[in-house]
Amino acid sequence: MGKTITEKIFDTHLKDEPFAGTKILSLDVVMCHEITTPIAIADLEWRKKDRVFDSSKIKAVIDHVTPAKDTKTAVQGKMLRDWATRHGIKDFFDIGSNGVCHAIFPEKGFIRPGYTVIMGDSHTCTHGAFGAFAAGVGTTDLEVGILKGVCAFRQPRTIRVDVVGTMPKGVYAKDVILEIIRQLTVNGATDCVIEFNGPIIGQFDMDERMTICNMAIEAGGTCGVCLPDEKTLEYLWPFIAEEYGNDKAKALEAFKKWHSDPDAEYEKVVTIDVSALEPVATVEYKPDQVKPITSLVDCKIDQVYIGSCTNGRLSDLHEAAKVLKGRKLAAGVRGIVSPATPKIFDEAMADGTLAVFREAGFCVTNPTCGACLGMSNGVLAPGEAAAATTNRNFSGRMGKGGMVHLMSPASAAASGIEGHVADPRPYLG
Amino acid sequence: MTGNCKNPRENELKEERVMKKEFGGPVLFLDRSDINTDEIIPAKYLTEVEKAALKPYVLEDLTLPGFDPKGEKMQQAKVIVTRANFGCGSSREHAPWVLEVNDITLVVAEGYARIFRQNMFNCGMMAVELPAGEIEKIFKLADADVTCAVDFAGKTLAFSAADGRKETVTFTLTEFDAALVESGGWVEFADARY
Repeated sequence: MGKTITEKIFDTHLKDEPFAGTKILSLDVVMCHEITTPIAIADLEWRKKDRVFDSSKIKAVIDHVTPAKDTKTAVQGKMLRDWATRHGIKDFFDIGSNGVCHAIFPEKGFIRPGYTVIMGDSHTCTHGAFGAFAAGVGTTDLEVGILKGVCAFRQPRTIRVDVVGTMPKGVYAKDVILEIIRQLTVNGATDCVIEFNGPIIGQFDMDERMTICNMAIEAGGTCGVCLPDEKTLEYLWPFIAEEYGNDKAKALEAFKKWHSDPDAEYEKVVTIDVSALEPVATVEYKPDQVKPITSLVDCKIDQVYIGSCTNGRLSDLHEAAKVLKGRKLAAGVRGIVSPATPKIFDEAMADGTLAVFREAGFCVTNPTCGACLGMSNGVLAPGEAAAATTNRNFSGRMGKGGMVHLMSPASAAASGIEGHVADPRPYLG
Repeated sequence: MTGNCKNPRENELKEERVMKKEFGGPVLFLDRSDINTDEIIPAKYLTEVEKAALKPYVLEDLTLPGFDPKGEKMQQAKVIVTRANFGCGSSREHAPWVLEVNDITLVVAEGYARIFRQNMFNCGMMAVELPAGEIEKIFKLADADVTCAVDFAGKTLAFSAADGRKETVTFTLTEFDAALVESGGWVEFADARY
């Protein structure tokens, strides 16, 4: 019987199986941010076990509320900062160099095909785009990961989603993943890994694959994963060229050993033909409540938010800017764009993208998770609605009593111009 | 610790921590699927670094007919009975913690989001999964006050309504989840073993 990529990663990282079906995996990367890590740090201190298993395998960033907005968030940042300092964690990103965790860690080249990764953040599944097993975990799992370099999982089953067809104009990776979540439902992939496959995933660049894998959790998935290929290689090449003696063919061969075998067994296989897909957005409060955007034009919006670990990368900003160029936000609509990392910020500034946003009337924020989860930088008032490129539309997510319509950056830009949920296609020439 | 940050666990250092949980007591029924982590504890409270500080905010953003997050049923509850996919969304362990500091150590549902379920057992608490039909039978008692008695060794939950009706169900846990409950959580288990 062949194996899936996830089964191969589990087999190569299995440290212990204390009970049948419980897999204790050794970890290649443990990622930390200032919201879920400080309580783990405090507990390790309380246990007199303030140690880390391997400081080179721990990556830390202050990203959720930065700069700190009050004393409590300042203390959270300080606890992470002090901890990183005293344990010699070199890959720690603070004010001036910090960005949204699931954007900055891939950008720094910390992920490899075949890696095991955990973080106290549900959107850790993003890193599966590189062919890694990357799972969001709670603070206790994180704490044990920090201390021992291990984490326990049930052997996951895999749902394979084959994405086929031709991408229509105005339809993006975000529309594809929202359609997949609509079909799978919010718990359709619970205890499963979603393996994204098929020619469309092959055509997608790494930014698009990260958008896809980022939202695997919204269908309940433990992780999303894409098979590592030439595009993965090109993205990672600056970080791995030396390791492979500057031999790309050798590196690609090493990547392909992780590919799922042709006779691997899947929980189920779903085929999504994108050819007839239209731009979509969410309604109500669950991410599987997805409808064609043309049916939602009566939904007024008060704010546009373009950013987050889902859609705050340079290509996302470019797609939104194509729609916004030479246009203005509708009267009464607030626009916020948050480039996900300092590198993205700098590139978007250098190539004129941020100027397009500014001329359209947007506020440009520093890289942060901020408004996505209603912690800072753009919280909604009760009764308000946002067109957002984020990943979660739960009631109150962006502020108590607020409504979030999830959509692509181009759709969010079009919505900002029209003042209601809007189709981006008329703006795409 | 470097710097001047007060250890949030300082108060706990002075007292012996109860490592193993007690299960059972008055039941709170939450009759909806997909109750998410943001409804259990909104993100704006994630700036707290002490579990106890979360206590007043339990289920604050959950709107459900007849449910009052500040009401007597919520105050008395030690067990939650609910439907499918409880705890979906965020990885925040603040969700099980806010239940824990409100003395709710047992949730009974048709199913859970993976991270929430693991977080419950990692804290030595229980997220018991039952078939939809069994959950429906328990919900039939919900028009009365109901208490739940837990026999961990025998793996049974005995629900008793104030009007005398009873419903007893059996449950299973994976060996690992049972070991986490018995050892008081994942840190204790992992520390003893790895």
